[in-house]
Parts: sequence; structure tokens; C-alpha cells
Amino acid sequence: MDIDVKMTVNGKAVTGKVEPRTLLVQFIREHLRLTGTHVGCDTTQCGCCVVHVDGVAMKSCTMLAVQAEGRSVTTIEGLAAADGTLHPMQEAFREHHGLQCGFCTPGMVMMGVDIARRLPNADEKTVRHQLEGNICRCTGYQGIVEAIMDASAKMAAKA
Amino acid sequence: MGEFGIGQPVRRKEDVRLLTGGGQFTDDIDLEGQVYAAFVRSPHANAKIIAIDSSAARSMDGVIAVYTGQDLVDKGIGLLLNDASYTDRSGRPMSKPERQVMPVAQTRFVGEVLAMVVAETPSQARDAADAVEIDFDPSDAIASTAHALDPSAPKVWPQYDSNMVVHWEYGDQSDVDAKLAKSHKRVAVDLINNRLVVSPMEPRAAAAKWDAATQSLTVHTPSQGGRRLQMALAQQLLNLEPSKVRIISKDTGGGFGIRSKMYPETVMVSFAARELNRPVKWRGDRSETFVSDYHGRDQVNHAQMGFDAEGRITAMKLATLVNVGAYLSENGVRLPMEGGGRIIPCVYHVPDFYFSVKPVFTHTICTDTYRGAGRPEANYIMERLMDAGAKATGLSREEIRRRNFITQEQMPYKTHLGFTLDSGDFAGTLDMALKAADWAGFDTRRKEAATRGKHRGIGVASFIEGAGSRPTEGMRLSLDEKGDVTVFAGTYSHGQGHLTVYSQLVNEFLGVDFDKVKLVDGDTSLAPKVSVGTFGSRSSMVGGAGIKMAAEAIIAKGKKIAGHLLQTDAEKVVFANGAFQAGASSISLAEVAEAARDAKRIPEGMSPGLDETVTVELESENFPNGAHVCEVEVDAETGIVEIVSYVAVDDCGIVLNPFIVHGQVYGGVAQGVGQTLTENVVYDASGQLLTASYMDYGMPRAAHLSHIEALFNEVPAKTNPLGVKGAGEAGATGAPPAIVSAVVDALKPFGIDHIDMPLTPERVWRSIQNSKHGQAA
Repeated sequence: MDIDVKMTVNGKAVTGKVEPRTLLVQFIREHLRLTGTHVGCDTTQCGCCVVHVDGVAMKSCTMLAVQAEGRSVTTIEGLAAADGTLHPMQEAFREHHGLQCGFCTPGMVMMGVDIARRLPNADEKTVRHQLEGNICRCTGYQGIVEAIMDASAKMAAKA
Repeated sequence: MGEFGIGQPVRRKEDVRLLTGGGQFTDDIDLEGQVYAAFVRSPHANAKIIAIDSSAARSMDGVIAVYTGQDLVDKGIGLLLNDASYTDRSGRPMSKPERQVMPVAQTRFVGEVLAMVVAETPSQARDAADAVEIDFDPSDAIASTAHALDPSAPKVWPQYDSNMVVHWEYGDQSDVDAKLAKSHKRVAVDLINNRLVVSPMEPRAAAAKWDAATQSLTVHTPSQGGRRLQMALAQQLLNLEPSKVRIISKDTGGGFGIRSKMYPETVMVSFAARELNRPVKWRGDRSETFVSDYHGRDQVNHAQMGFDAEGRITAMKLATLVNVGAYLSENGVRLPMEGGGRIIPCVYHVPDFYFSVKPVFTHTICTDTYRGAGRPEANYIMERLMDAGAKATGLSREEIRRRNFITQEQMPYKTHLGFTLDSGDFAGTLDMALKAADWAGFDTRRKEAATRGKHRGIGVASFIEGAGSRPTEGMRLSLDEKGDVTVFAGTYSHGQGHLTVYSQLVNEFLGVDFDKVKLVDGDTSLAPKVSVGTFGSRSSMVGGAGIKMAAEAIIAKGKKIAGHLLQTDAEKVVFANGAFQAGASSISLAEVAEAARDAKRIPEGMSPGLDETVTVELESENFPNGAHVCEVEVDAETGIVEIVSYVAVDDCGIVLNPFIVHGQVYGGVAQGVGQTLTENVVYDASGQLLTASYMDYGMPRAAHLSHIEALFNEVPAKTNPLGVKGAGEAGATGAPPAIVSAVVDALKPFGIDHIDMPLTPERVWRSIQNSKHGQAA
């Protein structure tokens, strides 16, 4: 039996009818057709599906859609400004070659924003450990780590 | 030309789209009216299929069809083919068992596809797949490479004498044995090159649509270029004209060698779309990719080397067992010979070489090309031999390498199995790496680490690669009326940034703005007829040469049109800075492109347009090489290895974009670090895959790596017009021997000579416990 859900996604109120077992990532991808959030594993390891729920990074494959009822979700599509200006984290990923194939990238960027929020002055070692839950097979993480440190500094300076 | 030309660290044009959620990976694509596939996979490594009962599944909600191997036989679907042909020295050909898309009578590895369910929703398909009942008669299995040829090993293919595919040999064994016996020093190493999952982050997927009106098939799937998939699907499997099959890969989330292989799921999704006349989509779970994507590496090697009194190599002998899995994949059986064998003796002069290769069948998924594809295995063997040689001769690790390097004076240098090395400054590259890593100052750091209770070690590896195999590729440049350029490529970018680099090249050769270049790739209907794809670090060489050649054709035609417009001889027209000039007159490329579209403004008899398709046909691969130095600290109490510094000096020839090439080096090193420290595919004795998820398999995380310092020693390749050498696979080749050398150096106080990869804390700790010096030196 389908259940009604409603939440805010990227600033817009959305509703849907879902099977109880529907994961938040399925709701985002299949119901809302926001396909920037990716599914890279089935065991909550890879982090390709990270979104923000009420401003906190969450693996959307490990949360039911109904658990997001009434909450505010931000996906990679909602991160840049309305006029298309990239978020400092997105800009830093571009500047530091933090992506190659682009599949893990949305999750990495969303995680990077979360790390910057929690640990604005994190050193390299800390950032590397903070990325335990995000796997990249292309970049060797070097550009990702540099991007997160650079954007964190810029976001902290702005705040 | 300035800031966007060759050699500039231009930022990627691909990134904004991918950073804002605009990627179009296969699972992001929905086809109208699509239905969903789920697969039933074998839980046994070796079992007779007695019966498949799909009646319960068929009666479930939303189920449209269930297919088994017998359905494919009945419908005349073809076999998955392999075109390798090796023979032993008596002329006996290799064993070539047939591979059905879904086997009818016998399953040979865990995860093999045995049935397919199609249903209205993904969850209905999955639920019904779980309801398909298969009656098996299981038998013992063999998964171990080392034991595959034991007389007691179960046979994967009972019609053959043994699990050996072929015994392939090169060289004169008795001659090499005699030389080894007479050598001043002899060393021997036994090495396991651990089996790996390739694991691009986008799981394998396919979405197929059949158009009944035109009797044609379109398949969306991740790939490394679709032409081979198109040809195999059409000609081998579905009995269609190639023109009736179109493969589209919009974005592909990583390749590393295992895309563009013809997997059963791709065939089945295509078959079902045609049978049902409805679009069919499938996205693999990560656990499905673990059991059914081709794996990489998996060799057991025994190597011997002799040295004379000066430490120069006299001869080498190598015996390789390679695990090809249950069937012959496209390339698995070739890798020790064509991938690794041809590059041996790597960067060293080896006067005499005997090589024995025994590919073996086991009850496991096939192995195939993975980043480096035989070259990492070959270089690992050479570098472990050189370290052993250093110890035996008393020379330092760097000195024994220097004494044996192939010099620039010896080039062109023909390897035993037929590569011709054209360029490379192996000694200079090594010196750069040692200097950048402060090799000379290491002892101070070792002593400092000791005060913290850590065993610090340093390691070095020199290596060489062969890049750009099958060096033929098509390329088309098309100018619109504004002079903007569209590149239609036979190569396919799946993370390498071809749009950026090709735009740089068009800017360099035609003077067209970097931003006014588009790339169309990943679509067999739009690619040049000759479209081989992207693998083996080939796109800078064949794609780059293609753009240069097509740009030259555009300029040649443009000169004729410019001469016509300027009323002068074409021979007097010069092309420079994006414009055609004759004397004081000048006309821009954009103006010529516009005029070219008008039959009245071009010379009589000329076809309109500035649109040229070329086929690059180069004679040889190129040979990227390098020297990597790694420094580690080992905690003897826990066995944990920490990489504390990593210097990579690579000769990738002329570097087209250092920003992107650095990324290739970092990514390659990370995969090498993974192989060396964390990654290992483990099957148990019954053929069950124990490492079937990211919870059990050690994918390298950010914290396993340190900052990598990447430098270039650019020695232009002589084998291609741009002087480039492939950059993609160097890191994965250099890292394993450099890291193992460093860890063994750190563990010198314990008398440890070697530990097989992966150097997990457990293995390192056990090695220390079992060492002759016991608890600590």
C-alpha cells in the first residue's frame, strides 16, 4: 500500500506516493527525476548518494523516503545559486581537479560542504579521515582533499 | 596558442555539468514505456543445472517474461566468442570451450547469470527473480590459481585433460638455465599478483530499445567506446546487420579496462527488448558487479635472474600461472603474453629470456584487462628481481638499476617479444625521482622515525609501459557556419577529459576559441566508421594525432577556398593565427567556413563544407615510463603501513595538459596503493566469493593515501605526431613495486625479504612474528 510523503527538496515543496520500502534516494531519483544523486553500492559504503537533510549530510540510500517526511532535503542540483553561480565547494572541485568521471562527485561535494560546516579549519589528515564514507576510483582523492580544504577556508572567511 | 594550447593546465570543460548533477549515466536515462530486468545468478561455483522452475515467478504481479538459457538456444542466439589462438610447442592449440550467454546444463562460477526476469517495476522484477527455483547438482570446485593444475583439482571443462588452457613458451630454456647456472649471482622470487575487482563507481547497467518499424536496436550502456559492442551484438549474438545496432554511452562512471566487454546482461537486455518490443532497463547492484564484472590480475609467478660480477643481468627465466576464470574472456588469456610479456625486460637490458605461461581455468568469474593489463604484473616481477639482485650483489637498489638500464643509445631497442622502444631516459628519470624524494637524506628520517617507535622504509621502482595498442582510430572535425568546431571522435571519454584536451588541440591547430569546440563521442551512429575506443592509454596518441591530421585536412581545403575567395592561387595562401592570408589580404577561418557551405563561393567541383574525416594509422605503440619513490612507516606492534611520502616522476612524452595528466597519475597511484595495501579478491575453497561488497573488499579510501608529488621528465615519443605517451596506467604500474620495496626496507631489521600483496596489517604483523629475528631487532 502506498504512503503519501511530503518534504521540501531544493527549496520546493514536493509530494509523492511511495511504497513503504522506498528509499530516499529512490524517491529523489525515480519520483522527482533528480538524477544527480547516484547509487554506487548497496551497503552504505560508497557515499555517491549523499544529500543534506536539514543541512546535515546523509546517505540517501540508508534512509526511507518516509523518514524524510516534513524535512528539508538538498541535493546536488540545489547547491549552486539560482543564477547558476557555483557553490564554493563546486568551484573548488573544478579548480583542483576533484573529479574525473563524475559519478562519485555529487556525493563528494555534498560531503565536502558538510565537512566544511563542521570542521572549517580541518587539516589534510582530518579531511582524509572524514572521507572514510566516500569512495572515488578515479582521482586518488588528491584533488578532492585539496578542494575541500580550499573551499572550507573560503567558506569560513565568508561566514 | 597561448593559454588554451598544448601544455597548458587548462581547467576542464566537463566539470560544471558533472558538478551540478547534469551527468547522464545509464541509470539516469529513462526510455518511454520501459520495463525492468533482474537476473537470477548461480549460488554454486560448479553445479549441474537439473531444472529451472519459473512458474511461480511468472505468476507474480507485474511479471512480463522469464528467460532461461534454453530460450536463447531456441531463438538461435549466438555465443560469447574469444578470438585468441595460442598453441604449445608441439602445435597443440589452446583449449577453447564455448560460452553460452546463459548456460543450459552447467554453471561454472558463483554469480553466473542463469535466468532473467522482466517486470513492470524494478522491485517486481527483483522479487520474481528470487522466486525462480533452480534444482542444482553441485560438485567440488577449484578457485585457487596455484592449485588449478593439481591432479586432484576438479576440472572446469571435463572434455580437456587439465585446467591448463595452453602451455605457451618463449625462448630457449636450456640455454637460459645454462646461463643462470654460470652466473656470478642468481636470485629467485616467488610472487603472487593479487586478484582485484576493477570497481568503477558506476555499476554496470544497460537500457535497450527495439524499434519494430526499422527492425533496429538502441542500447544505452557504460562503455569505453561502443563499436566493438555493436559489432558483437549484431554479428555474433543477435543476427542483425551492424547498421541496425546503435550503442550510446552518454556518461560512463569510470572504466579501467572492463567496460566494452560483451557481458551476458547486455545481450539479455537487448534480446528481451526485441522479444517484447518494449524498452528494457537494468542497473546492476554493487554485489552483482563484484561477482560478475571481470576481475583483474591474479597471477602466480616464479622468476629467476642471473647477474655477472659487475651486477649486470645475464639471463632471466619466468614461469607464470594466470587465472583466466571459468571461461575465456576477450583478453584475459592474452595478458601475460601480449600485455606483460611484450614489455619484458621492462627498462633493463636482459640478454637472454625464457618465459613459460600457463593460463588456467578455475570456477571463478573471468579475469580481463585492468588498468595496466599485464604491464603492472611484468614490472612488479622485474622490480622485485632487481631488489633481490641488489641484496645478492651488495649493490644499492639504485645502482643495480643504473647498471642495467637500457640506454638512449641502445634505442630503438627491441624487446624479446617484439616491442620496439623508441625513447626514454630511464637513468635521468630515476635521478629526478631520487632527488625529489631526498633519497640521500633518508637515513636521518629513518632515525627520527625510530625515536617514535616506527620502522621507516624507502622504496623505488623504475618501470615502463606500452600504451596505445591497436594504434588506428578515426576522427572527424566539422565546422559550422560560424566556424565553431564539432569533434566527432571514435575514442570515448569516461573521466579523462577529452572534451578539454581535444578543445586545446583544435585551438592549437586551427586557432578556434577553446569555448567554441564541442565533442560528440559515445554514440556508434555518430562516430567515424573507424572507431576503436578508449583503452590502454591510447586517446592522447590516436585521438590527438587524429585531430592534428583532420585539422591539416581542413586547412588544406580551406586554403583552396580562401584562394578562390581572395582570387589568388591556393599555394600562395598561408594559414596562421586562425586566418588564411595571401599577401596583404586575409580571411578568417570562420569566414571560410561560412563560404564553404555555399556551392557558389567555392571552387567548381569541390564538395561544400569544412568537414573532414580522417583515419590515423600509426605503426607502433608508445612507451610511457617512470620512476616512483615511496616512503612508509610501519608500526611493528600492529602491522599498519602508513605511506608518508610518494614521489612520481613520469615520462609521458609531451604533456598536453599537466592538470589532467597529474590527475591520471594520482588516480593510477591510488589503484596501485589499493593493490599493494588493501585490495584482495578472496574465493573460498568451494568457489564462494568472500569479498563481495565494499564491506569485505578493501577499496582504498582517502586516508590510505598521502599527498603525491607528481613530476614529469618529458621525452617526446617518436612513434606519433604529437610526441605523447599514454598517462593512464603509469601509476598503477609504478606503485606496487615502489611500496613493497619500501615496506621490505622498513622491515630489514627483521630479516624480511618479501611479503605478498596486499600488505595488510595482519600480513605484515604475521611476517614480523614469523621472522627469524622474532619480536624485534
